Amino acid sequence: MSKAVSALGGVSHTGFVDVAEAGLRGMITVRGDLASAKMKKAVKAATGTAVPAARRIELNGDKGAAWMSPDELLILVPYDEAVATVEVLEKALAGEHHLVADVSDARSVFTVKGAKASEALMKLCPVDFETLAEGEIRRTRAAQVAAAFWESGADEFTLVSFRSVAGYVMGLLEVSARKGGEVFPA
Amino acid sequence: MLILECPCCGVKADETELQAGGEAHLKRYGPGSTDEEFDGYMFSRKNPKGVHFERWRHAYGCGKWFLAARCTATLEVFGTYPAQTSAPPADLQAKIKQKRPNWEGYK
Amino acid sequence: MSTRLQKGGRLIDRSRAMSFTFNGRKMQGYAGDTLASALLGADQMLVGRSFKYHRPRGIMSSGAEEPNALVGLGEGGRFEPNQRTTTTELFDGAVTASQNHWPSLEFDVGAINDKFYRFLPAGFYYKTFMFPRFAWKHVFEPFIRQSAGLGKVPHARDEDRYEYAYAFADLVIVGGGIAGLAAALAAGKQGKRVWLIEQTAHWGGRAVVDGVQIQGQEADEWVTETLQALEGMENVTLRARTMASGLYDHGYLLMYERIADHTPGDGRPRHRLWRMRAGHIVTATGAIERPLSFAGNDIPGVMLASAVRDYVVNWAVSPGDRTVIVTNNDDAYRTALALLDAGLAVPAVIDARPEAKGDLPEAVRARGVKVLEGKGIAKVKGGKRVTGVSVCLQAGEGAELETIDCDAVAMSGGWSPVVHLWSHCGGKLNWDDKQAMFRPDPNRPATGADGEAMVTAIGSANGHLTAADVLDDAHKAVGGKGAAPGAVCATEAPIMPVWIMPQGAGPALRFKMWLDPQNDVKVSDIQLAAREGYESVEHAKRYTTLGMATDQGKISNINGLAVLSDALNQAIPATGTTTFRPPYTPISMGAIAGEARGEIFQPLRKTPMHDWHEVHGAHWEPVGHWRRAYCFLRTGEGVHDAVNREIRQVRNSVGLLDASTLGKILVKGPDAGKFLDMLYTNMMSTLPVGKCRYGLMCNENGFLSDDGVVVRLSEDTWLCHTTTGGADRIHGWMEDWLQCEWWDWKVYTANVTEQYAQVAIAGPNARKLLDKLGGMDLSKEALPFMEWREGTLGGFRARVHRISFSGELSFEVAVPASEGRAFWEALIAAGEEFGVMPYGTEAMHIMRAEKGFIMIGDETDGTVIPQDLNLQWAISKKKEDYLGKRAHERSFMASPERWKLVGLETLDGGLIPDGAYAVADGHNANGQRNVQGRVTSTYYSPTLDKGIAMGLVKHGPDRMGEVIDFPVDDGKVVKARIVDPVFYDKDGEKQNV
Ligand SMILES: [Zn+2]
Repeated sequence: MSKAVSALGGVSHTGFVDVAEAGLRGMITVRGDLASAKMKKAVKAATGTAVPAARRIELNGDKGAAWMSPDELLILVPYDEAVATVEVLEKALAGEHHLVADVSDARSVFTVKGAKASEALMKLCPVDFETLAEGEIRRTRAAQVAAAFWESGADEFTLVSFRSVAGYVMGLLEVSARKGGEVFPA
Repeated sequence: MLILECPCCGVKADETELQAGGEAHLKRYGPGSTDEEFDGYMFSRKNPKGVHFERWRHAYGCGKWFLAARCTATLEVFGTYPAQTSAPPADLQAKIKQKRPNWEGYK
Repeated sequence: MSTRLQKGGRLIDRSRAMSFTFNGRKMQGYAGDTLASALLGADQMLVGRSFKYHRPRGIMSSGAEEPNALVGLGEGGRFEPNQRTTTTELFDGAVTASQNHWPSLEFDVGAINDKFYRFLPAGFYYKTFMFPRFAWKHVFEPFIRQSAGLGKVPHARDEDRYEYAYAFADLVIVGGGIAGLAAALAAGKQGKRVWLIEQTAHWGGRAVVDGVQIQGQEADEWVTETLQALEGMENVTLRARTMASGLYDHGYLLMYERIADHTPGDGRPRHRLWRMRAGHIVTATGAIERPLSFAGNDIPGVMLASAVRDYVVNWAVSPGDRTVIVTNNDDAYRTALALLDAGLAVPAVIDARPEAKGDLPEAVRARGVKVLEGKGIAKVKGGKRVTGVSVCLQAGEGAELETIDCDAVAMSGGWSPVVHLWSHCGGKLNWDDKQAMFRPDPNRPATGADGEAMVTAIGSANGHLTAADVLDDAHKAVGGKGAAPGAVCATEAPIMPVWIMPQGAGPALRFKMWLDPQNDVKVSDIQLAAREGYESVEHAKRYTTLGMATDQGKISNINGLAVLSDALNQAIPATGTTTFRPPYTPISMGAIAGEARGEIFQPLRKTPMHDWHEVHGAHWEPVGHWRRAYCFLRTGEGVHDAVNREIRQVRNSVGLLDASTLGKILVKGPDAGKFLDMLYTNMMSTLPVGKCRYGLMCNENGFLSDDGVVVRLSEDTWLCHTTTGGADRIHGWMEDWLQCEWWDWKVYTANVTEQYAQVAIAGPNARKLLDKLGGMDLSKEALPFMEWREGTLGGFRARVHRISFSGELSFEVAVPASEGRAFWEALIAAGEEFGVMPYGTEAMHIMRAEKGFIMIGDETDGTVIPQDLNLQWAISKKKEDYLGKRAHERSFMASPERWKLVGLETLDGGLIPDGAYAVADGHNANGQRNVQGRVTSTYYSPTLDKGIAMGLVKHGPDRMGEVIDFPVDDGKVVKARIVDPVFYDKDGEKQNV
């Protein structure tokens, strides 16, 4: 699907950490009873993971399920699999009150990589990184817009924002990651 | 700059992550209600110096509305609780009464 | 003269000379200097002029309390006025300039004010600049503008960058003196997350200057060792050059880190504003020495005694060769000792107390210095610098006993704990009569979210003035285990409060006793304020401006309120203090803005086609945080022409509108129909699958809040379109009702606004264009007006709605946002043969107005109900309830007197100005013309080639054909006829083909 392009075309910057737009990612909002048997099956079928506990993200390779609110999950899959995954979820949840919506194109995804990745984010988000649990997804704000992030690898955070503000978010990350701006210089 | 713990997701949210929603536990009056009832619902608000129950939305977080009991004078937070209730939980009321013996109670 | 001593200086590195300029004159200092120490080292005693009288002013202090020594620092994009030289670290190449003088620092015309001081008392401005009126413009204002204002405004764009950082700690200790260090050590050992911050570049505070012994070591050594221990603790964070600016609710502490002020241009952010959340705050902020109020106490060379020894010990600078000490306490004798140790002359110590026999006075006497007991300074001699003092009896009226030649005066009126942070969030103070100071009341601290104390004051900030007491207090306050670090220091005899020197000074002397040297407030001004009835300390402050300068009265407030108390004949605690407000010292505008400047000043929302629009001449208009193209300008074309071209293209062929910003909210569930029936005034539960319906939403007040097309996607799913500005608001509104009122209803919503790029393809050739893309049957039969279909259009996953906001044949097509740009370009390519072009929001607005369609925000303003807009057809009569229904039943809402929507046509074909009011006969109670209507939208219609407008008019729909008057500027009146608001294609034939 070459017609589909991410908001910023994968732009990246190198500062004291590397910040990059990560390109398109399949994302599906699922609302429903997170404790139901059908929901467990639906998530398993879509991502191979369990239903995440409150504020957790369950990752399985390039797929995952993130807890967004007491009745909402965000399902992560490769972009090209989003449409099919919507069908899988709809089928699995049929007969139960639920909502499934493809939001892959409504989001932008960023990575912040480097030993001091949290030092770039702590300039933007009112979040205590020292108490952030492993496997926690934190919904918060990045400066003036909504964002969610999680630790997606060693020294790496993945951050999701709305697509329309991708340029703004990249601006925030680029400025925050500029060399000389280390918050705790060695 | 308050911190309120969202009872829906457990985040100790900064005030900048929240949206204030005014007084809690208002009873809606629709068609068929008297002018006095409607006036009370639409326009009359408590404005106490002291214990107050109010609505907050974890707008930059889980998106859920919740309710908070707070002292408007000292900003002491007595507790937060889910929005799906028409009156403050009894244990919270008891806790407030203990901390503020002169409080006239929830009305 | 002030000069650099040959040896000593704890903080300077003589191997690293640094050159700088002051008013263009080249000077030299050393690494470790402040600007103030470097200026003094270069014998620059006169550094500025005062605000009101333009009196010559010199450096008075060595820290944050400095009232006088403010300079303009830097050049161009790094120029900043009002920089305190005492807290600005010297760097090589610094360019500084004095302020508040004309034409020069040495010769200042404004200083003539000083000669007329009797005519410029407190309240002078209020009393004088009243009448005659014309004098304001020609005399008063030019005079005030010439002489008022502190420093110059920077003109160039700030070259530096700034940032925030969010931090969290169990305990933040503010102040890196021995109290803060001891507390950090004790708390750090308990494993708490501890931050220790210090506003200067150096640790240790006063103790390292005063030379106390701690745990058998020199204070300097103890500080170094303690710092090393703290650095070794992973749970302890140390930050120098970081000032706690303000304390707010729930442990929210703003901390101002000056990262690169001393290394400008090194690539680091200049300032960082820490937004700290602290479980508990310990203020170890020390104390500030008070001046004494004697005549001429503002002349350059009169300094705080502690500052004099700071300059000697820390920077090896002597403020004078012969320094007279004047005091009411023992501590100032330390200054005499420091001066003597440096080989400088101390002609006398003038002590206001009848007797001075403590350890320190005796030590000074032993060095051969005469101590004048029970004496005071009647007057300081000198102009631009001190030449001597005349001595008098403190208990007398100022008769001169003797004159002592000197070139500096070191004064000490006692110490005031720095209680700002303690007080910012509600901590209360007690007056300590014995020590003559306000100190924190431990029983009335600021409280936090749990209702418990969130601040503890320790050390000098808590009123402890000896090192031993300070350490003991600090250690215990944080629950330190074992004994506190012990200190050895001299015992001190009690202070004797002295608020005026001499006690019986007459008016001539009081006129020259400065309380607030920055704002030029004198003892006589406070006394005048009291006489004129300004008895509250807050009133007296505002009347005289005492403490309202950039130093916020750090050295002047206590003296001022003591003088006020005396004038009111009441005790000091009865007068009380003024309110302490953040910031503790001024912080830069850059730090307050943080990263929010330039491109990221605020979020800019962009549609997937934004960049295409940008390169195709988009003339942007802000709509919320979005940028939408108002029109698309071609080379050499004006905005008006572009808009008309776009409209003609749509009316005659086909045009494209980027409608991606419209809100799109999914509403799904067994109760979704019931829910939407409550939300909209019209019935949505009966909308058949496959169809679209225009709907209105009101708030509970009954006023129109949003509108849009609702689409029934399936049996239990609706898609609600909202206005561009309404998307988040309406989604929040829906969730509010679902979560807080009807939480048992089975409905889920999702805001999918940004999932889709949406394009309106409008015009007679719209279908032909889409047919070229192919893939879907879009014929009238297959897709009738107000219906929608899903399919693949030119290879794009598309949902096609047949809706029209222009009155033309029109399709709104939604595709995944990621494909929006490609879809748009495919439309542009396919439409080439039809001359397709994009159109902007203005063309859209005009075309809807030609059709008489209302626009939320134009026809509505938060006071308009649907009935006002003749939209009764969109209000269901069948429904028992909907949001706003009860309000519509109120008598005022149902009144026939409400203004209603009509069309307006000017008689001459011209335009009525937007917002113009139609007048009626008679006048209202205020003598204004009565009104009977107003214009809500007004445009030139290229389709009809005349001005058209909509407006709300009293009884409007019943007055078709009537002409009403709209007075506009310059006494002109526009006459307009009331007509049907649908100006174009009244029967809707064009959109229904
Ligand atoms: Zn929450």
